[in-house]
Amino acid sequence: MAKRQREIGVAEFFSRNRHLLGFDSKRKALLTTIKEAVDNSLDACEEAEILPEIHVEVIDMGSDRFRVIVEDNGPGIVKKQIPNIFARLLYGSKFFKLAQSRGQQGIGISASVLYAQLTTGKPARIISKISPNDPAHYYELKIDTQKNQPLIMTDEVKEWSKEHGTRIELDLEGSYLGGSQSMDQYLKQTAIVNPHVTLIYTNPKAEQLIFPRAVETAPPKAVEIKPHPYGVELGTLMDLLRATKAPSVQSFFVNEFSRVGHGTAKQICQGAAILPSTKPAEINRDMAEKLIKSIQATKIVAPPTDCISPIGAELLEKGLKKEINAEFYCAATRPPNVYRGNPFVIEAGFAYGGEQLADKSVSIYRFANRVPLLYQQGACASAKAVMSTNWRSYGLSQSQGSLPIGPLTIAIHIASVWVPFTSESKEAIAHYPEIIREMRLALQEVGRQLGSYISKKRRMHAESKKRDYIQTYIPHVSDALKEILGFSDSDKETVEKMLVSILEKHRGELKDVAMENTEYNEEFARIGKGKTSDDDDGEERSADNGNGEDCKAPDKKKNAGYQQTL
Amino acid sequence: MAKQQSPVLVNLREKAEAVYHKILKKQQPELDMPLRALSNVKYDDRGGYFELMGKKKARTLTASTVKTFAQTLRMMALSKELIEGDDIATKREAYYVSKNWDEARFNEQPESDAIMDDVEAMMMVNREQIGFIPEEKGGDIAGQMIVIDRDADNGKELRIDCTKFGSGAYSIPSSVEGLRFETNATFILAIETAGMFQRLVKHNYWKKANCILISLGGVPTRACRRFIRKLSDEHKLPVYVFADGDPYAYGSIYRTLKVGSGNAAHINQFFCVPQAKFLGVTPQDIIDYKLPTHPLKDVDFKKIKDLIKNDPFIIHHKEWQKALLQMSTMKVRAEQQALAKWGLNYVIEKYLPDKIKKVDGFLP
Repeated sequence: MAKRQREIGVAEFFSRNRHLLGFDSKRKALLTTIKEAVDNSLDACEEAEILPEIHVEVIDMGSDRFRVIVEDNGPGIVKKQIPNIFARLLYGSKFFKLAQSRGQQGIGISASVLYAQLTTGKPARIISKISPNDPAHYYELKIDTQKNQPLIMTDEVKEWSKEHGTRIELDLEGSYLGGSQSMDQYLKQTAIVNPHVTLIYTNPKAEQLIFPRAVETAPPKAVEIKPHPYGVELGTLMDLLRATKAPSVQSFFVNEFSRVGHGTAKQICQGAAILPSTKPAEINRDMAEKLIKSIQATKIVAPPTDCISPIGAELLEKGLKKEINAEFYCAATRPPNVYRGNPFVIEAGFAYGGEQLADKSVSIYRFANRVPLLYQQGACASAKAVMSTNWRSYGLSQSQGSLPIGPLTIAIHIASVWVPFTSESKEAIAHYPEIIREMRLALQEVGRQLGSYISKKRRMHAESKKRDYIQTYIPHVSDALKEILGFSDSDKETVEKMLVSILEKHRGELKDVAMENTEYNEEFARIGKGKTSDDDDGEERSADNGNGEDCKAPDKKKNAGYQQTL
Repeated sequence: MAKQQSPVLVNLREKAEAVYHKILKKQQPELDMPLRALSNVKYDDRGGYFELMGKKKARTLTASTVKTFAQTLRMMALSKELIEGDDIATKREAYYVSKNWDEARFNEQPESDAIMDDVEAMMMVNREQIGFIPEEKGGDIAGQMIVIDRDADNGKELRIDCTKFGSGAYSIPSSVEGLRFETNATFILAIETAGMFQRLVKHNYWKKANCILISLGGVPTRACRRFIRKLSDEHKLPVYVFADGDPYAYGSIYRTLKVGSGNAAHINQFFCVPQAKFLGVTPQDIIDYKLPTHPLKDVDFKKIKDLIKNDPFIIHHKEWQKALLQMSTMKVRAEQQALAKWGLNYVIEKYLPDKIKKVDGFLP
């Protein structure tokens, strides 16, 4: 037995457990691949402070095979990093730092490459260029699943008309269906919460959809922060102690953590009965454990929160207006809060009424660091927060512990330096009590606005009913008077006119309380709805689909945010 | 026959004109009517009936009252039409007439009855005077009297001998104002149940006792009350009431016959029989005659409490309070027909003769 035991390669492991990465069905595989590529592109652009323009093309090659092409105008990737980023699992920059980004672990795009390789045997084709003066490098890459190393099939310089950017082309098995969990829906929701992005999408039916940029300013660049002591665990602390260059434990805390000054560091050491001048390398397991306990007992200022850039209530509302033809919109952004030492911000937006069905459960749009989450809603902290909020006080019906019923769409966004997902496929947010609590507070904040709108609407409804009621009976009053007194028809008219003014004098003013929505775009809203998509009703087409596969040479290390979308 | 300028008609017109002028002045019109409830009557022994106090109910035209307001005016218009055409409509017919009023129609007859009562009270007349008649039967008569009525076709006098109905009876019409009576009887016996009435008729009790038997059939109708009142007034006949021994018979049947009701407070003066006295069955009778009983229910206890606390008539008469409290303590009630325990004709041979000997002992 023992002879047959050997180390399991990461790539090998994931090739067998592809469902962990979001490749459990053909349909989802297509979505996941696009999502990873687009998320990487967006992260890279934002880090380089470039307004993103992303082309996505999916070509149906027949027999369930698709070619996926994602091309961005990002900073490009330096030559020597290209193979590692695209053809090596768990390789990337984002895992090691705490900054708000879409990708986290460094699995995403390489997992897609692996999946493509497994299902079609074809290598990934990458082209990247870092500046107009550098050549574009073209690679064909595969992954050595046992060693988790890139296999370079082709490495050449090509002409590419783009000034800078990256393009990836993958052939993989998939299945194209419309609907709420489709790539169409993903791209649309991405456009909603990333109004600074231009997305040009050509679907497998060769229909081109353009989501133009709505704002000309990119969100503030994500700021990297050091971990906060409250979030650190024993093992991590020991690793950090081993890796640090700090000469003493005291300076270790000051240098490696946020919100720790010399005083606080000294306090932590004293609490653990360890000399502040002890060398970090001399800290053993027991001492580290004491340090952890001391950290929890020490008062430390909450981590900085300016590193988080939320979408903002206004843009969230605007996005909803584009997507849903409702009668009332509202949104709110909560002040930052902290879970396990990680700062985060919750935002919520509502679209109420209009064309939405009143007898169905509400719809929830979930976003994490501006990435739409389409799967596993039930397992997500946001669903829990929605279900545990009392919606009856906001005029919706709800049975105990379930989603409320009503014509409502809820968008809920968590922005954090580290979003805690329940699995590597990043579909649901973990149930941290702090997060659920903040979500609930956000929902309540927006809910109050909704509640006052609904009650206002009800009042108006009652008012207009009352008016109808008055109008119905006024002629009877005048008729009866006419019968008794025998006056003329013109007298009757006068009486009716007088009655209207008498009865309505005391009544409140009747006004339409619904908001006017000029943002709503019917064609836009239709995208990603219906199982098979109701084709060809007038989507715009445009004949540009950057196909120039020319290249140039690289320049510096500009691999910025590429790769870890998982 | 058309009473062109009958006072009722003038009154109707005045009320409608007041509404009309208010409307022209852009003011909220109102229709006033006395509040018809026990809380708005007082009992005065000299008058002998429930008399209306000053409380009024104003139906102001507002958004929420516009329907009832329209219906009230519609009902007034119908009444005007009836009076002018010397016609009548039963309450049920009036309800059906309303079906022409589109949205202002009544859905159920109790709604139209209530509006009709409002109009009646507003005019301070009885409903016959505004053209409406009840369809209910007034009650049955047998005994020593002749009712003088007129033939509807030729106006000739009709003499109805109430001794000649055999085992049947004469029915009191819904309007009794035009009737006259001839009689040699010495008293009127008003009986609650039809069953007891039948027994007394069958054995010609009226002949033995020289009296007039009247079946009330539960709470007496207005026509029945008016009939007894007229008969009693014109021939100075005492009225004895023979009812079940329970709070309902005392507080609703007998009380209404004697002093009227809260609902008809505006017309009680003519529609009650203040000279009536209660023969039985009293709580004391239950003991004296060892009658079979039924236990009082919660509603009975509630009724007793309510009568003692709120009914101006009971409040005025200590004897009644005593009787009700006695019943409350005994916790039982007895029916008229319980007397059959001592033999079917015990009531004729023993109970009534015994009682009539001691009229002074009757409850007021």
